[in-house]
Amino acid sequence: MLDNEELKAQAREIIARYPDGKSRSALLPMLHLVQAEDGYVSPQGIAFCAEMLGISKAEVNGVATFYTMYKRKPTGDFLVSVCTNTMCDVMGGQIVYDVLSEYLEVGHDETTADGKITLEHAECLAACDNAPVMTVNYEFYDKVEPDTALGVVRELQDGRLPQPTRGARLCTLKQISKQLAGWSEDRKDALADTGVGEATLVGLRLAEKHGIAAPVGDIDATSPIRVEKK
Amino acid sequence: MTSPRPEVLAKLTPVLTKRWLSPDAWRIDTYEQLDGYVALRKALKSDPDDLIAFMKDSGHRGRGGAGFPVGMKWAFIPQNDGKPHYLVVNADEGEPGTCKDLPLMMNDPHALIEGMIIATYAIRAKRAFIYIRGEAIHAARRLRSAVEEAYAKGYLGKNILGSGHDLDIVVHSGAGAYICGEETALLDSLEGYRGQPRLRPPFPATHGVYGAPTVINNVGSIASVPHIVLNGADWWKSLGSENSAGTMIYSLSGRVQNPGQYECGMGITLRELIELAGGMLPGHNLKFWTPGGSSTPMLTAEHLDVPLDFDGVAKAGSMLGTTATMIFSDRDCPVYATYRWLQFYTHESCGKCTPCREGNYWMVRTYRRILSGKGTPADLDTLLDTCDNLLGRSFCGLGDGATSSVTSSLQYFKQDYLDYIEGHRRPLLNEADLVGAH
Ligand SMILES: Cc1cc2nc3c(=O)[nH]c(=O)nc-3n(C[C@H](O)[C@H](O)[C@H](O)COP(=O)(O)O)c2cc1C
Ligand code: SF4
Ligand code: FES
Repeated sequence: MLDNEELKAQAREIIARYPDGKSRSALLPMLHLVQAEDGYVSPQGIAFCAEMLGISKAEVNGVATFYTMYKRKPTGDFLVSVCTNTMCDVMGGQIVYDVLSEYLEVGHDETTADGKITLEHAECLAACDNAPVMTVNYEFYDKVEPDTALGVVRELQDGRLPQPTRGARLCTLKQISKQLAGWSEDRKDALADTGVGEATLVGLRLAEKHGIAAPVGDIDATSPIRVEKK
Repeated sequence: MTSPRPEVLAKLTPVLTKRWLSPDAWRIDTYEQLDGYVALRKALKSDPDDLIAFMKDSGHRGRGGAGFPVGMKWAFIPQNDGKPHYLVVNADEGEPGTCKDLPLMMNDPHALIEGMIIATYAIRAKRAFIYIRGEAIHAARRLRSAVEEAYAKGYLGKNILGSGHDLDIVVHSGAGAYICGEETALLDSLEGYRGQPRLRPPFPATHGVYGAPTVINNVGSIASVPHIVLNGADWWKSLGSENSAGTMIYSLSGRVQNPGQYECGMGITLRELIELAGGMLPGHNLKFWTPGGSSTPMLTAEHLDVPLDFDGVAKAGSMLGTTATMIFSDRDCPVYATYRWLQFYTHESCGKCTPCREGNYWMVRTYRRILSGKGTPADLDTLLDTCDNLLGRSFCGLGDGATSSVTSSLQYFKQDYLDYIEGHRRPLLNEADLVGAH
């Protein structure tokens, strides 16, 4: 799979984003590209990166094993990540994880027998105001409870794509990996999908309700900034 | 739930967040209608050195956790050195509790881009990177589209608005590693290596990405810049407190009625923030909280009136950090919370230095023993001793930060530890978790 011209062209496209002679910067995006193709960092993927960048396979492997998002085993179409860092744990995230783990009969970083769903517990996903959170292919389900989490997973098993509460409509992990490699969103309207989560906006809604705005300065939009030399 | 008092409501000061309620503010047309790219035009008419001096005057400090003055950081970049210069935006947001940068890039990505064009003009850089944490694909997607829009309108690329300034921006997704938020680990990661911190000096200002002069700033640090340029340095200072100019996005999480983002002038107190958030949840009384993420020592109900600015929090024995106030109640256990954070630090330790790699590993095991009801009073000394060997002896801030919750929880809540040790509290973990603990 990985030895085709199209993929090589994509790798060259990634390399071209970085300054001349700095092609090694392309390695992280290229590993995402490998996952977009194979669903994990496959041995062929490692060889591909090494060849394209002129570095050894050991070097590529050393990098790939450092980062959590690079998977060492084949993954399912859907990566379900439940945050179990302190805030989410305290707010019920660990229970959500345990319920899913029991239901799917898999542990951390394991994939269901049908090869569809990979489960993992995640560290803080920068969404603590929406705790506890879970993501599917990195799109968010906020303030999730065991029942809603189970509902999401059951829908995935039934071939449906439940709408995230924050982020865009779901696609497969391979498709998302292409975006991680730096390609733009190509699904029409997906950029505008869903809100940003109410927690993000609570302070603003409060300010709006009470007619509060920040003071403005002496705005002079046209003349240059001048500062007296001290 | 009672409504906040008017004098507390008046502390809300939406500047960085002010466009977030406009549903399409992430699109360039809407952004332009809402004052977008106006500050850029003003900045491009100014002398770059004047811009740097202006940023110094504004008292603006970094929003990434350490509060380093932004203007001073820009001024460190050597000029006329014949080398390429770089701006790297740190969008790795991973400090537990922190959740302000991703919403900003989701809702108002052009503010960051506009700030980057101004910053690169000031430091004479023609290339910039946004290193965004991999998991944040929702924000990266909006950011990439915003970058494309900015190119299409001539705000990026060659000869921006006829000013002679060129800039290319690359949005670079990480791959899941908290340590890559540490600025030198970020640079190694951006160069395609394992994300391990570099020895300093030399500092990134002279030897940053690709060995060239580099400014690394947090998302909020840069996204504030257009507002400051437009409204003035004195205005920015007037919004905050002494030594803490401007507003901050305070991220409230945990046991309050309405967790979320509240942008206020610096110096607001937790008591006021909780009031804005509708109070504590029914049946919950404040027990412990972090002022700025899990790497900042926890505080207690005694600290409700500490001004949440750089000096105020430092005086109270903690750090302002990322203004991620995680709020825990008397139904939560500080020993368990610390244990979970230590598991995090253990997982995220890059393994480069022994104190952090081994120290966190052992502390997790000590906590397991305590939480399983098998601890001894000597375990508490072991913990403090281990912290002594981490703090100031680790290679980077991750190791230092890991000790914060340990030492502060032992300082304020020693009895909670003793309750497990002396059998007054039911163990939270069971024997099975103890495998390998001895
Ligand atoms: C372990 C660790 C993680 C960090 N993570 C972040 C982060 O996610 N985002 C960030 O802006 N700064 C982070 N920092 C701080 C950066 O090293 C750096 O100080 C900051 O990006 C500088 O930007 P500023 O001056 O604009 O605040 C982290 C520091 C450490 C030690
Ligand atoms: S303190 Fe921890 S994260 Fe930092 S260099 Fe040492 S091992 Fe790596
Ligand atoms: S602890 Fe779960 S998102 Fe922060």
